[in-house]
Amino acid sequence: MELNNSKIKIKAKNLNVFYGKKQALFDINLDINQKEVTALIGPSGCGKSTFIRCINRMNDVIDICKVEGSVEIDGAEINEKNVDVVTLREKVGMVFQKPNPFPKSIYDNIAYGPIIHGAAENKNQMDNIVETSLKKAALWDEVKDRLNEPGTSLSGGQQQRLCIARALSVNPEVILMDEPCSALDPIATAKIEELIDDLKKSYTIVIVTHSMAQAVRVSQKTGFFHLGKIIEVDSTEKIFKNPANKMTQDYITGRFG
Amino acid sequence: MLKNIEKNMTKEQRLKKRYRAEKRFKMYGLISVSLAVIFVLILVQNIFSKGSSAFSRTMIEVEVNYDSSLLELDSPINQNSLKDADFYDLAVESLLKIYPAKDSKEERQILRLFSPDYEFEIKDFLIKNPNKIDQVVPVKITASDDIDQLNKGNFPRDLPEDRRRVSNYQLNIYDNLVEKEKINKKFNNYLFTKGDSRDPELAGIGGSLMGSFFTIIICLILSFPIAIMASIYLEEFAPKNKITDFIEININNLAAVPSIVYGLLGLGILLSVMEFPRSTPLVAGITLSLMTLPRIIIPCRASLKAVPPSIREAALSVGASKFQTVFHHVVPLAMPGTLSGTIIGLAQALGETAPLILIGMVAFVVDIPSSPVDPSASLPVQVYLWSEQAERGFVEKTSATIMMLLGFLIVMNFIAVYLRQKFEKKWN
Ligand SMILES: Nc1ncnc2c1ncn2[C@@H]1O[C@H](COP(=O)(O)OP(=O)(O)O)[C@@H](O)[C@H]1O
Ligand SMILES: [Mg+2]
Repeated sequence: MELNNSKIKIKAKNLNVFYGKKQALFDINLDINQKEVTALIGPSGCGKSTFIRCINRMNDVIDICKVEGSVEIDGAEINEKNVDVVTLREKVGMVFQKPNPFPKSIYDNIAYGPIIHGAAENKNQMDNIVETSLKKAALWDEVKDRLNEPGTSLSGGQQQRLCIARALSVNPEVILMDEPCSALDPIATAKIEELIDDLKKSYTIVIVTHSMAQAVRVSQKTGFFHLGKIIEVDSTEKIFKNPANKMTQDYITGRFG
Repeated sequence: MLKNIEKNMTKEQRLKKRYRAEKRFKMYGLISVSLAVIFVLILVQNIFSKGSSAFSRTMIEVEVNYDSSLLELDSPINQNSLKDADFYDLAVESLLKIYPAKDSKEERQILRLFSPDYEFEIKDFLIKNPNKIDQVVPVKITASDDIDQLNKGNFPRDLPEDRRRVSNYQLNIYDNLVEKEKINKKFNNYLFTKGDSRDPELAGIGGSLMGSFFTIIICLILSFPIAIMASIYLEEFAPKNKITDFIEININNLAAVPSIVYGLLGLGILLSVMEFPRSTPLVAGITLSLMTLPRIIIPCRASLKAVPPSIREAALSVGASKFQTVFHHVVPLAMPGTLSGTIIGLAQALGETAPLILIGMVAFVVDIPSSPVDPSASLPVQVYLWSEQAERGFVEKTSATIMMLLGFLIVMNFIAVYLRQKFEKKWN
C-alpha cells in the first residue's frame, strides 16, 4: 500500500529541537497524511512527545525549548513569528497522556473552547456543540443525564474520551494524541482505539504509543524514533512485517526499548 | 555494632524489640502533645479567669429627684434644652441622699463611690425619658472602679484602713447598699462602646477596635491586590532568569525581616519625610501592608504553583491564550489558597504591636476614631497600654482585650482553613 493517493497534511522538514543546550530532535523529516492515523513509536525519551508538541507549538510554553526548522500544515509554515498560536491550536487539538479534564462540569469542559473562540451565539447552539462533540467521542450516552456533574467524577477512560470531546469541540483538523491510553485499562483502551478508527474518517490523527500492538491496530503509517532521530517511516504494514532497518526490527521484536 | 546485636537475637526477639520501639515512640508523642495542650489550657484558663469579670459592671441604684428647678432651664423642656442643661447640682443632691454624711469630707467619699461620669448618666436617663421630669425615679449609676472590684470580690477588705483605697465609712455604705439590694451587676457595654479612659470602669476597647479595623482594612486594600498581581506575574509570566531569581530571594528575605524594622521604616518615611498624621490607622495600615506584602506573596505563589501543569496544557491546547489560561483556570483554582494565605497574613498584622508603637500608636486616645486619619489605638497596643496600669480594673480589661484579640485571630484562621478545605479542588 503506497501512499501516493493520500494528500500530505503535515510536513516536517529538518526539524531540530533543543532543551537548553541538550538537543532532543535531530533533523526530523516526516510527512503526515490527511485523514489517516500516523503512529509514532520508539523507546521512551527518544523525542516522540517533543515532536508532536512541535505540531501545535506547545513547546513555546517551555522557556528553555528552542525549535529550529520547518513544520508546514496544508503547505503553510507554522514556525513563524506572525503565526497566531491560538488559531493554530484551534486547528490542531491535543489529547494528553494523563486525562486532564478541567475541574468543572462535563458541560463546561466541552463548552470552554467554543466560548473563548466565540463559536456559539446562544445557549441552543452551545448545547448542540456539546452534544455533537460528546457523540463524536462516543461518550454522549454515558453522560447525557449528568452533564452538570464534575468532569473529574468520571472513570479514567471516560475522562479521556471527555478530553477527546473537548479537543473536538473547536472543530480541529488535526488531533495529536500523546500516549492517550497509557493510563487506562484494556477495556477503556479498546473503546478509545475504536473511537480513533472512527475519527480518522474526518480528522488527521497523530498518535504516540508505546504499544506496538496498538500501532498495528489503529495506524496506517508508522514512524520509528530513536535517540531523537527518525529511523524509519513507512506504512504500518511494512514496518511491522518487513522493516528496512535493523534497529526497527530489533525494537518491534522487543529486543530493546 | 547494631548489626551484631540483631544477629544475636532470634526472629521472635527482634519482633518484640520492634514492637517495643514503636510503643515507646507513640508514648513520647503522646507526652509531648499532652504537654502542649496543658500549656495552652493554662494560658487560656489564666486569661479567662482574669478577664471574664471585665464583661460585667457594678451599678448602684439611686433615687434621683429630677427637680426641674435645679436645672435652671430658661426655655421650655425639650431634648435640646436638656442637653445644654447643667445636671451637676441635681446629681450631687440625689447621690448624697443614699447615706447620711456629717461633713464635706464624707460627702466627697460618697461621691467617690460612683464613676466620675455620674452626672452624664443621670442626664442621659432624663433625655431618654423626658416624661420623668419632676419625678423621683430609681436610676442605675456606674460604680467607681474600687466599688466594682469590691463587688467582684477582688478587693482586700481585711487590710488596715490606711493601706486600702476604700475607707471604713465607704465600706459601711457599701454593705448598707448591698443589704438594701441597691448594688447589682449588668453586662458591661462600656467595654465595647467607650474609648480609653483614666478610670478603669469607664475604659473600653471601642476606640482600639475601630483603630484595628481601619488598620486592617487599609492593610488589606494595599497589600492584597499588589500581592496577587505580583505573584501572578512572577509565577506565570515573568521569564525565569537571574533578575527574577534575585526578586524571589528578596521576597523570602523580606518576609523574615523583624516587624519592628517596618515600624522604623514607617517612622522614618511616612511620618518624618511625608508627614502623614501621627498615631493614625492610615500610617499603621501602610506600615503593616509593607510587612504583610511578602507574607502574602509567598502563599499566593505557592498556591499558583500547586495548580498542576496539566490544567494549563489543557487550556492552551484548546486555543486559550496565555492570559486566558491564567485568568480563566489557574487563578480561580489558586483562589482558596490565595485567600487563606491573605487572611493568615492579615491575622498576623492584626496582632502586631512593635511597629505600631514606633509610629506613635501608643498615644492615650479617648475619642473613638471615625476615620483612618483620626488618632487611635489598636487592640494589641491597648493590651500593652493597659498592662502597664496598676489598677485592678485594668488588669481584667487587659485580659478581656486579649480574649477579644484571640477571638478575632481564631475566627480568621478558622475562615482560612475553611476556605482551603471547602473550595480547594482535589486533583486526581
Ligand atoms: N521540559 C523539558 N526540559 C528539558 N528536557 C526535556 C523536556 N522535555 C523533554 N526533555 C528531554 O527531551 C528528550 C525527549 O523527551 P520526550 O520528547 O518527552 O520523549 P518521549 O516522549 O519519546 O518519551 C528526553 O531526553 C527528555 O529528557
Ligand atoms: Mg512522551
